[in-house]
Amino acid sequence: MKRYLAIRVAVMPLLLLGIASIVFIVSRLTPANPLVSIVGERNLTNPTIVAAAKARWGLDQSIPVQYAKYMKNLLHGDLGTSFTTRRPVLSDLWDRLPATLELTTAALCIGVLFGVGLGVLAARHRNTLIDHVARFFALLGSSLPAFWAGLLVLYIFYSRLGWLPGPGRLDPRATEPGRITGFFTVDTLLHGDLKSFKAALLHLILPASVLGWGVVGIVSRLVRASLLDEFSMEYIKVARAMGLRERTIVNTHALRNALLPTITIVAFTFAFLLTGAVLTEKIFSWPGVGNYAVEASRKLDFPAIIGVTILGGVAFLVTNLIADVIYAIADPRIRLS
Amino acid sequence: MTAVAIPAFTVQRARPPWLRGPSLIGIISLATWLLVAVTLPLWSPHTPTEVVGGRLLGPSWSHLMGTDALGRDVFIRALYGSRISLPVAAIVIISAVLVGTIVGAAAGFLGGWVDAVLMRAVDITMAFPPILLAMAITASLGPGIRNVLIAMVLVWWPIYARLLRAQVIAVRQREYVDSAVAIGMSRGLILRRYVLPMAYTPVLVNATVDFGQVVLLTASLSFIGLGARPPSPEWGAMIFEGATNFYQWWIAAAPGIAILLVVLAFNFVGDALRDTFDVKDLGR
Repeated sequence: MKRYLAIRVAVMPLLLLGIASIVFIVSRLTPANPLVSIVGERNLTNPTIVAAAKARWGLDQSIPVQYAKYMKNLLHGDLGTSFTTRRPVLSDLWDRLPATLELTTAALCIGVLFGVGLGVLAARHRNTLIDHVARFFALLGSSLPAFWAGLLVLYIFYSRLGWLPGPGRLDPRATEPGRITGFFTVDTLLHGDLKSFKAALLHLILPASVLGWGVVGIVSRLVRASLLDEFSMEYIKVARAMGLRERTIVNTHALRNALLPTITIVAFTFAFLLTGAVLTEKIFSWPGVGNYAVEASRKLDFPAIIGVTILGGVAFLVTNLIADVIYAIADPRIRLS
Repeated sequence: MTAVAIPAFTVQRARPPWLRGPSLIGIISLATWLLVAVTLPLWSPHTPTEVVGGRLLGPSWSHLMGTDALGRDVFIRALYGSRISLPVAAIVIISAVLVGTIVGAAAGFLGGWVDAVLMRAVDITMAFPPILLAMAITASLGPGIRNVLIAMVLVWWPIYARLLRAQVIAVRQREYVDSAVAIGMSRGLILRRYVLPMAYTPVLVNATVDFGQVVLLTASLSFIGLGARPPSPEWGAMIFEGATNFYQWWIAAAPGIAILLVVLAFNFVGDALRDTFDVKDLGR
């Protein structure tokens, strides 16, 4: 186990180096002038800015030197300055990360909860109407474009029915709670502000459901398939022969084994969540990293786009590692191979 | 030895799972879309950019999904969207499968350092959430549907490379490949005649499922403003127009339903194929 972990962690810097290199190549794809990707078109006529940027990113030098400078800047956490917010990209990301984490965590909870429930339901009633409806509902989640689903639920539940609040993390005129964790639902509680807590929670429901729906699809399909696998195993037949209640068989015997593969899928799910978050945040004016990425690409704010891409890559790596480690702990057979 | 009696019933061959149930619905739906996309200009009463009447009119018999902010027929525009999304997705998938096949086959068949280098490239590309990498590449190349296409291929090929490599390595160890080597066949011929045909099933199954995902991602990039630009009736761009006219729900609903139908159809077919050929989902 320790050796497995050590190897996985040892490879991390190499992968990070790879990520940074890919991003370097991408940022040099700009057909026109790499300077555009750093200072922006508007500043190209300003000789002072151009000279300063050239010096800092080594643009007047050869590609290997540029690469070295770029790496050095990265290692110092310097992702450049966004030319729309005019602030360092790193602090922009830092400000917006909690909003995204809060949204994705909520979506993941909804997705796993409903996904497991739906998967169990479908497996227990295999090939009946319940199974078909559950599978269709799940498939719908991974087929709906999140950006249209967001518009749709906003139109129905906010505009038409008025059951839930509109876009944003809080009501438009409400003041944000002082940042402790950056999670509004947690911070409002820590400040003892129950009214704002309720508002934050209500604002979370729609975007998290839209985002979580896709996860429901992924999780329920997997749970169903692995439950059906378990059902054909000897120990389940024994349990049935012994006359155990179906509920006991499913919940305490089969589900425990069937849930194992679900752990690894969470890593894949995370990629899905990140993709969905970009679009969901846009629709719900959610002030997170995804919305930042959309605004950045709309305005061709290259340092910001590059920064988000690096963040996404790193986040993906870390979740993959965590998922693999949890899986290895949960399933001893992995360690043998 | 007595002859074995042949049972006196005719064997009724069951239709394969991908020609039954949801999958059949999916195939019919896709065939319809294809037909619409190809023949649309022949029978469509309007062109996608034609102003047909008042602005922001609700759905009616003359305009099934109403009109948009410029007075264009939303339903017709949504149909025309298929003439962008379907070819783009097809080109992306075919190019990605081609690149993935070449890289995967080279890595799996040659092994050694070629394998190591190619697979690290695959690992690193797959280390990014697809949408973010596609956004970055498109933004760098410059917005537009052509560059979206290039970005999507660059993001998508590693899946197939990894899949094909695993298959090639598995097939390579079969005895008939050993015999082919023994009778002195060239490596290229063995690869083409014996290894690739066997290794291809999972790639094709995954490509079917991915087709829908590519449609979805292309529309997403256009929605963000990186892909097709107005007045193009591309689905993602249309939903963006719908978002700016929030209370006229039909403007976004038509392209939204179009995307949903196409992606759902591919998922139906892909699911059945996956069950039939027992291919593991490589997930994304």
